[in-house]
Amino acid sequence: MTPVPHRVRSRVRETHDTWTLELESLAEPIRPRAGQFDMLYAHGVGEVPISVSGDHEGALTHTVRAVGAVTSALCSLEPGALVWVRGPYGNEWPLAEAVGRDLVVVAGGIGLAPLRPAIRHALAHREDYGVLSVAVGARTPADLLYVHEIEAWRARLDAEVDVTVDAATPGWRGRVGLVTKLIPGAPFDPENAVALVCGPEVMMIFVVRALVERGMPASRIWISLERNMRCGVGHCGHCQLGPTLICRDGPVYRADEVARLLEVREL
Amino acid sequence: MRSLAELIASSPVFAGLPDDDLDLIAGCARNVHFDEGELLAREGDAADTFYLVRRGRVALELHTPDRGSLVIDTADAGDVVGWSWLFPPYRWHYDARAVEGVSAIAFDGACLRGKCGDDPRLGYELMQRFAQVMVDRLQHARFRLLDVYGGIGVG
Repeated sequence: MTPVPHRVRSRVRETHDTWTLELESLAEPIRPRAGQFDMLYAHGVGEVPISVSGDHEGALTHTVRAVGAVTSALCSLEPGALVWVRGPYGNEWPLAEAVGRDLVVVAGGIGLAPLRPAIRHALAHREDYGVLSVAVGARTPADLLYVHEIEAWRARLDAEVDVTVDAATPGWRGRVGLVTKLIPGAPFDPENAVALVCGPEVMMIFVVRALVERGMPASRIWISLERNMRCGVGHCGHCQLGPTLICRDGPVYRADEVARLLEVREL
Repeated sequence: MRSLAELIASSPVFAGLPDDDLDLIAGCARNVHFDEGELLAREGDAADTFYLVRRGRVALELHTPDRGSLVIDTADAGDVVGWSWLFPPYRWHYDARAVEGVSAIAFDGACLRGKCGDDPRLGYELMQRFAQVMVDRLQHARFRLLDVYGGIGVG
């Protein structure tokens, strides 16, 4: 629970409102697994939960979208600035359970950030999985995260990576349409696949439906939820969703366990 | 080499049709190719043809006076381009442009309408299938109106 001071090693602008920070620990390093999150404290402003989006030479990597006071403060930090980090919290993507199966990754918007470590893991252990199918959706081409890395993934011969945007801009030659549009044609075997999904909740509902329509059981579809995590350890109750506390039991859930909760209007 | 009827049968919109129906439909179809940038259809023109994309990508564009051509959707292998052939006044509602080299099957809409008129069972079957295509597109358009990636942040 004690925040560990970190220094910003680098800050990379991903889109007009999203930045990736590499944080170097000044004490005991935090070693998160793919799917987990940390609590990042911007001095004098506040603390927010941010998913882990990668690791590089021992640094913590977080991709932050500036949507409020704390995230805007984090995004404005220059290299050398201090950030306090608690974590890692939550569970991880079920990459071990997916070994031997096709792996389907569906990301929407900032949802690609928590999935990037899982994709990197699958690419680094390519022999552990069957087909690797990655579908990425974004609002516009300018809102796509990690463009150069996606291009590198697409260049590989052992992964199927497809991208679509909701609204094209001049010069865009890729697909236009919802990310769900990519699912019917993706080359995985629904009877032997595990799916990892992250994005806005309404998008995840549509994606889960599309995957189930394709023939996947909801018990092999995993989604990552986000609520107002405050303590990170299941004490404060801010992130309660029905019977579950997302910071403690999640953020990664099997779709058959929580998809119904997302459709309850009162929750 | 696969026959037109076989190619048509392998597409989602025509999958599962009896062979006789597929042969009838293939009688109104031909293979076509479009080079990058070429128009398959132009907004306002007579919609006497629709397409089943076999390879490549087609952009569906709306022309706006102030912003030029806007891509509103794309169609890839297995997708149908055009349903205006089914409904009066049989005019295209958008441009359809080949983003890259496109191989497609072109269907003569008037020919198919004639066969549907002669055989109401086939007409109902095709109407159901194209209605599903339209419902899917409508749902996608509605979901996109939600602007799900816009989000309202609090943190």
